[in-house]
Amino acid sequence: MGAMLSFQTVYTMWLREMLRFKRAKSRIVGSLATPLFFLIILGTAMGSSYNIENYKEFMAPGIIAMVLLFSSIFGGVSVMWDREFGFLKEILIAPVNRFCIALGKAFGGVTTAMIQGVLLMIITNVFGVHYKSLLGMLLSIPIMFIIGIGFISLGIALATKIESHEGFQMVMSFLTMPLVLLSGAFFPLSKLPDWLRIAVHLNPLTYGVEALRFTLIGESEIPIVVCLVVLTSFAITTTAIGGWLFGRMEV
Amino acid sequence: MNAIVTNQITKSFNGFIAVNEIDISVKEGELFGLLGPNGAGKTTLINLLSTMIRPTSGTGTVNGFDIVHDSASVRAVIGVVFQGSTLDEQLTGLENLDLHGRLYGLSAGLRKKRIDEVLDLVELSHKSGLLVKTYSGGMIRRLEIARGLMHHPKVLFLDEPTLGLDPQTRLHIWDYIRRLNREEGITIVLTTHYMEEADNLCDRIAIVDNGRVVALDKPEKLKSALGSDVIILTLDTPEDAKKFYRVCKETGYVSASTKDQTVYISVKKSEEAVPEVFKTAFTSGTNIQSITMRKSTLDDIFIHYTGRGIRDELVDDITYMKYKLQTKR
Repeated sequence: MGAMLSFQTVYTMWLREMLRFKRAKSRIVGSLATPLFFLIILGTAMGSSYNIENYKEFMAPGIIAMVLLFSSIFGGVSVMWDREFGFLKEILIAPVNRFCIALGKAFGGVTTAMIQGVLLMIITNVFGVHYKSLLGMLLSIPIMFIIGIGFISLGIALATKIESHEGFQMVMSFLTMPLVLLSGAFFPLSKLPDWLRIAVHLNPLTYGVEALRFTLIGESEIPIVVCLVVLTSFAITTTAIGGWLFGRMEV
Repeated sequence: MNAIVTNQITKSFNGFIAVNEIDISVKEGELFGLLGPNGAGKTTLINLLSTMIRPTSGTGTVNGFDIVHDSASVRAVIGVVFQGSTLDEQLTGLENLDLHGRLYGLSAGLRKKRIDEVLDLVELSHKSGLLVKTYSGGMIRRLEIARGLMHHPKVLFLDEPTLGLDPQTRLHIWDYIRRLNREEGITIVLTTHYMEEADNLCDRIAIVDNGRVVALDKPEKLKSALGSDVIILTLDTPEDAKKFYRVCKETGYVSASTKDQTVYISVKKSEEAVPEVFKTAFTSGTNIQSITMRKSTLDDIFIHYTGRGIRDELVDDITYMKYKLQTKR
């Protein structure tokens, strides 16, 4: 019965996220506009100004990773809104395992993030970004899942510690933006000065960008195996920490 | 058998003692009230009993399960309606109930049956398909109560169930609470700072002040301990009032208290006590501006036990709710 009940809990929390997603559909699809502008305008401009061949193709996996990051962290930090609006009490008072709740929340958020990532992948493809193969595009989906789980759990972990809207703003400006800028989403990793190269290599998102580059355009500077190991370790670590912190939360 | 027993239960937050060595026991099937001003420790006590927070020291059991060591068992047999809304406003009433049923492990068939039952009980069947954010305050409250009942709890905690509601909705909710208690036999613990709510509903009342239970008995017993009538005197100045209050204390009236230039004196029979009071005033050289008499209320009990009125420090409810929303947690 234990396993059945755990599954039921995870599923319930996932279902809730999906019900919310269903209502926020237009907003979530609309949020793809910004990354598309980035790609179309910045991608085209940089490519032509600096005479870089296939810069749009280079940038597209980075932009997809960026959307996954935003969506995941936001999904995780939304635990904070649940606390703000009281729903968290309803969950925490239920006679269920809290780790399963955190996991269900993570799966729900990651589903949303993946829908956004896949949509963006298809739209950019339609807009003329060439990806290597359909198989590569399909293989990107499980990679999106691992990236999403890692960052959503990080978001959940942060949400258990954040007490205010200001804290939320801090996370967004002091964590999310540096993660994107330091990820190699916009530039190659090979010619960076030492300090920047180290920072970039310490950033888990870098490995997400590189892994997506491998599957989508067929080349990456970091070997795909390394990317997968780092991403999976990151996801397991943050899930463990996020689940643990969530379990100890008092409302 | 007792549904709830606490043993010296204490909770402090950074040195502030919110609940201070409280011992209470609530019988099975009882409708038990925790009465006190905001900040008295009522909500903290409910949070402790519902395993939302852990006691700093002391213990308690709910339905025989230890609230610290067996918190999962406790959570399975209780329903809690918290002070603020804990519904997901982005979802419909029906979806909120359905998710609740799933979290409590109810099968699909049972969920449907219970949802119909509880929606019927709180008369929200026709609104169940609407998003909760479109509900009024009263509807939200009723939906919360409905949800708290879905898994057939043995003990139901209601934290300020009618705070900020209009009088009509309040009467409505009182009706539900009584019916649940009588017909379903659910043990109910409710907190309130409304005297009439405690007086109307509860079998027994614990008056809570500064984290302690200062009195605990049936409402009528609490009232009769004081004397059934109150004489209210208005004097010239607050100083006069204080002086006369001391005189009254020495003279040995059942209970006396003072606020501004008013003195409240509890007596067995006001008709017989008024001449006495006049005499005392005359001999102590106090000038009486006006005199009023009425039956005792729980308000007077509260003043008697805590030395001040429950409403003295009470901002009105709306201001309080706004304050609560702003300083959530």
